[in-house]
Amino acid sequence: MSTTAAPPPKAPNLNRIGLEIASYKGGKTTLCAGCGHNAISQRIIECFFEMGIPPWQVAKLSGIGCSSKSPAYFLSQSHGFNGVHGRASTTATGAVLANRNLIAMVVTGDGDTASIGLGNFMHMLRRNVPCIYVIENNGVYGLTKGQFSATADIGSTLKTGEANELPPVDCCLLGIEMGATLVARSFSGDKNQVGAVLKAAIAHRGLSVIDIISPCTTFNDHDGSTKSYAYMKDHDAPVHAVDFVPYFEDIEIEMEEGEVREVVLHDGSRLRLRKLDRDYDPTDKLEAVRAIHASYARGEVLTGILYVESGKKTLIDHLNLVDEPLATLPESKTRPGREALEQIMEELR
Amino acid sequence: MMEDAFNLAEEFQTPVFVMTDLDLGMNSWMADPFPYPERPFKRGKVLGVEDLERLGGFARYRDADGTGVGYRTLPGTPHPAAAYFTRGSGHNELAQYSERPADYIRNMDRLARKFESIRRVVPRPEVDIDPAASVGLACYGTSKYAAEESRHQLGVEYGLRTSYLRLRAYPFTEELTDFLERHARVYLIEQNRDAQMLALMRMELAPELAAKLRSVRYYGGLPIDARTVTDEIVLQEGL
Repeated sequence: MSTTAAPPPKAPNLNRIGLEIASYKGGKTTLCAGCGHNAISQRIIECFFEMGIPPWQVAKLSGIGCSSKSPAYFLSQSHGFNGVHGRASTTATGAVLANRNLIAMVVTGDGDTASIGLGNFMHMLRRNVPCIYVIENNGVYGLTKGQFSATADIGSTLKTGEANELPPVDCCLLGIEMGATLVARSFSGDKNQVGAVLKAAIAHRGLSVIDIISPCTTFNDHDGSTKSYAYMKDHDAPVHAVDFVPYFEDIEIEMEEGEVREVVLHDGSRLRLRKLDRDYDPTDKLEAVRAIHASYARGEVLTGILYVESGKKTLIDHLNLVDEPLATLPESKTRPGREALEQIMEELR
Repeated sequence: MMEDAFNLAEEFQTPVFVMTDLDLGMNSWMADPFPYPERPFKRGKVLGVEDLERLGGFARYRDADGTGVGYRTLPGTPHPAAAYFTRGSGHNELAQYSERPADYIRNMDRLARKFESIRRVVPRPEVDIDPAASVGLACYGTSKYAAEESRHQLGVEYGLRTSYLRLRAYPFTEELTDFLERHARVYLIEQNRDAQMLALMRMELAPELAAKLRSVRYYGGLPIDARTVTDEIVLQEGL
């Protein structure tokens, strides 16, 4: 009788800081089956795991809506703050100012961003707050039974047949115009593109606005919708194929000259943007705006890294914040001396 | 006051609203020089890495000492058990999403205890008791100046002796109850059309105390003056 030795237990797959992917997961989703938001949550889990970011270094901020529920479904070892409607940009600004070492990640929706919190969003843009701002864009208010949001396209219909007649707010155009320094659009069904864009945002120093078309299977995934899976599969027009090479991986790929455009990010990571059917320079702001407008005329949804600007001052730079997080500065460094108050009082006499 | 506000906010993990009014905010006022703040900053119940190592974790919304205030961690605390998820919807003591009525009730009851804890430490009212007075004047904000001058007018011109209370915080403290118990009638002076502070008091005070309250309202757009207060009290007192 022969015996066969049992195979050794499979070693857990650890990332570069020694954590398993379980450390990056969250609670079980309560969103609808097939919701694009769930796919995005999964990409976020994978990206932070593969980038080797300690989960406790991340702060998750959101507002109100289906999308804003999703931070409960990833990174359970990260602090999360589900604030009031539209104010995630505000709470994120406060979080990064209190602790500049945090990686702030807003995951929110088109309602939060383009309607209720539009004023807050604009000021976050012009301040270039270091933050990853993900818009899970389905064009409807799913949590309140599917009314049009401000990102709904002209002519897109509800399930009832009612057509939207008002022009949409394009969050990418706003981002480019108002001061975000990495602006991307993607589709929740494009696993590779969403993953590469998210990793670029993690490596980027500044505000990343990522508008991800994320179909609402319950209220906006029918014929006539321009935010459905079928519509996006037919109209998704990537401006390039996005590859992300993290700074800790030394990968060289042979490319023919003119075929790839490389952008080096703050931490030394590289974006390799492979040319598809047209040339596209994501560092050219005017070209980005022109290309987005031109895509409307062609009935396309332009996706990829639409704009990137490295080296621009962030709000932290403008404020000359000290290196140590303000939240943990000892009292000895935050309380000015008696003479400082006396001087102010004297100036007011 | 800002020092108090920040300390209360940290200690009770709650927003603090510092109330002002148009007179205080837009007109220039003389003030005594501010004294140097000597008290240490309060951070409240904050757990660090060493605490988490020792405890093995924590329950964000557990009321461990009956104050209604749970322990928290600061975002960025480098420990796997440090994080919690803050949400407005139902949650249990571990900050996990919950739709169980028992969890919701436990949390709402905790917040009620927290409110009572806050009541014990908010700034006390400024009180000046005249032992011979059966009438009191209560006010808040810049109505202080008109109220003080009106007390003088009522005493000199009408022989009416009055006590005085200036509210400095909400929730109300026992000083307000004592003041009402001590006097037959209390005139609450408000620069507010709807007498909203009076409405709060009527909601919270015992009926026999709320019945002693009288309202002096002014909402003419300019700062309230003493004669307006005096004339209204004289009218209501039938002097």
